[in-house]
Amino acid sequence: MSGTSLVTARERALAVLGGEPDDQTLGRYLHGIPGVDAVGLEQRAAGLGTRSIKTSSKKWALDKIISLVDLTTLEGADTPGKVRSLVAKAMNPDPADPSTPRVAAVCVYGDMVPFAVDALGGAHGDPDDGLISVAAVATAFPSGRSSLEIKLADTAEAVAAGADEIDMVIDRGAFLAGRYGQVFDQISAVKDACRRADGTSASLKVILETGELVTYDNVRRASWLSILAGGDFIKTSTGKVSPAATLPVTLLMLEVVRDWHLATGHKVGVKPAGGIRASKDAIKYLVTVAETVGEDWLVPHLFRFGASSLLNDVLLQRQKMTTGHYSGPDYVTID
Amino acid sequence: MSRLAVPKTYKLYIGGAFPRSESGRTYEVLRADGAFLANVAKASRKDARDAVVAARGAVSGWSGATSYNRGQVLYRIAELLEGRRAQFVAEIEEAEGASRAVASAQVDEAIDRWVWYAGWADKFAQVTGNANPVAGPYFNISVPEPTGVVAIIAPQDSSLVGFVSALAPALVAGNSAVIVASERYPLSAISLAEVLATSDVPGGVVNVLTGSPAEIAPWLASHSDVNALDLVGAGDLDWVSLEIDAADTLKRVLRPEGGADAAAPTLGRITAFTETKTVWHTKSLK
Repeated sequence: MSGTSLVTARERALAVLGGEPDDQTLGRYLHGIPGVDAVGLEQRAAGLGTRSIKTSSKKWALDKIISLVDLTTLEGADTPGKVRSLVAKAMNPDPADPSTPRVAAVCVYGDMVPFAVDALGGAHGDPDDGLISVAAVATAFPSGRSSLEIKLADTAEAVAAGADEIDMVIDRGAFLAGRYGQVFDQISAVKDACRRADGTSASLKVILETGELVTYDNVRRASWLSILAGGDFIKTSTGKVSPAATLPVTLLMLEVVRDWHLATGHKVGVKPAGGIRASKDAIKYLVTVAETVGEDWLVPHLFRFGASSLLNDVLLQRQKMTTGHYSGPDYVTID
Repeated sequence: MSRLAVPKTYKLYIGGAFPRSESGRTYEVLRADGAFLANVAKASRKDARDAVVAARGAVSGWSGATSYNRGQVLYRIAELLEGRRAQFVAEIEEAEGASRAVASAQVDEAIDRWVWYAGWADKFAQVTGNANPVAGPYFNISVPEPTGVVAIIAPQDSSLVGFVSALAPALVAGNSAVIVASERYPLSAISLAEVLATSDVPGGVVNVLTGSPAEIAPWLASHSDVNALDLVGAGDLDWVSLEIDAADTLKRVLRPEGGADAAAPTLGRITAFTETKTVWHTKSLK
C-alpha cells in the first residue's frame, strides 16, 4: 500500500489553511471548526449500536471484521517467537476452518518488524490483494516523548526493515499546549521518513490517543490537524491508555474523514484501536462506518481494527455459526 | 384501607448479578390451585451462553480456594438459609400447595443436605484420593480435582430439596455450575440465588437459569465450554439426545433420576464431577 505523496498533501493543506501551517494559522483554523454536540454525538453512536445484525449479514460482518483486523502485539515481553506465532495466526486464524479470511496486517514494535516480515514470507504484501502487511509502531510509542531526531530514526528503521505501515503517535503535550505547528511539522517529517529508496512510501497512521485529549472538540481538531499534515489514517489510541477506542470518538473521527472527503475528494482511513474485544462491539463499528462514510470505506486501506483479543471472539462466533453449537476458549489460541 | 400488593419479579442469576432474560421473555408461575403466583424470567440460549462464560471465569478462583475454605463458605450458606427459612417455607407452601409442616420439613431437609455436603469439602479427597504403592522410592498420590463447568438440569418436581441436592455436590469439589431450575417451581431457586449473592460464594460460581429446560438443555449439552452435564431432572426431556450431544465434547454425564429419593445425598454425586490427578514425588533426598 502506498500513501499519498507529501508534496500534494502539503499543497492541499496550504490551500485549505490559506497560509503557512504555523501555530497562528493552524490555531485560527482549528478553533474555527464548530464545536461538537457531545450529547447528540453519543446519542447517534448509541443509536447506531442498536442495529440487529443476524444470520447471513452477521456471517458477512464477521468475515469482514477479520479481514480488517490489525492483529497486534505490543508488549515489553514480545519475543521473535511470539511474533512468529502471531503471524501464523494472522495467516490462518482458524486452523479448523480454512475458509476463514486472513487478517489485514500484523502490528508490532519496530524491532520486531524483521521477524514479522521473515515469518510472513510470500504472504507479505497489500491486504487489498489478500496478503498481509506489516505495521510498526514508531516515534517513541506509546508516549511520544522523545526528540524529533529519535522519532524519525525510529520510523526510518522500521520502514527500512520492511514495514508497510507506520503507526505514529502525536505529541499530545504539544497539542494540548496549543503548539499545533509543532505537531503538524512532526507528522510531516515522519511522513517524509516513511519514504523508501525506490520512491514508494509506507502508509502513515496517526495515533491521536483520544483518551488523553479529554474533549470531543480536541479530538475533532486533532483529526483535522493530522489529516492536514498528511496522515493516511487517523487512529484513536495506542491501547495503553484508558479509555481507548469508543464508538462516539470513532464516529466523530469518521465524520471528519467524511467532511474532508467532501471538501477535497481525498480519502483518509480510520482505525479504532484498543478496548474492542467482542464481535458485537466490532459489528457496531461496521454499522457506524457504513452509515457515516459509506460501505466503500470497509476495505483494508480505509478502515482497520487495532485488536488482539477481538479476533478470538470473532472466531468463536464464527464457529458457532458454522457448527450450530457454542464454542469455547479451548478452541482458539491462547495469545 | 386495602394496600396495593407489590409482587416480586423473579430474575435470573448470572455472574453474581440478577439480569432479566436477554430475550425479554417472562412466564407466569401458578399456585397449586392454578391462580397467578409470580412472573419469572424465561431464559434463552444466549442467557445460557452468558452463564457459561460467567461460570468459566469463576472456575480458577473457586477451584483454587482451599477445600477448607470452600467448606466454610458452603456452611455459611446453610446458616443464611436457616435465617431465611420463613421465606422459603412460605414460597413452597404457595407454589406446591403443601401444608406448613410439609414445606417446613422440605426446608429442613434442604438445609441438612447442604450442611452434609459442606462437611465433605475438606474430607472427600482423603476418602477418594489415594497413596498408590509403586515399584520405586516414590510417593505416588492420586487426588480428585474439579472437572470445571457443570451444567445441571435440576429435579423438576421439587422446589428446594431437588435444587440443593443437585447444586451442592457440584460445588463441593470446586466446580462452577450453570443450573436450570424447575420450570414449575422456580421461586425457591431464585431465592436461594439471593442467598448465594449475599454469601461468600464468588459471583459466577453458581448461575441460575429459569425457563424451559427443553429449550435450554440442548444448548448446554452441545456447548464446547461445558465440561460436565448433570441430567438428574431431565427425565421428561429427550435426554438420550442430550447425552449424545454431550459425547461430542467428551462431557461427563449423570443420567436422570426419578422418584422420591432423586438426587439423594451420596459421595458419588461429588466424585462424579472430579478428575483424578496423580503426582509422583521422591521419597527421600538422602
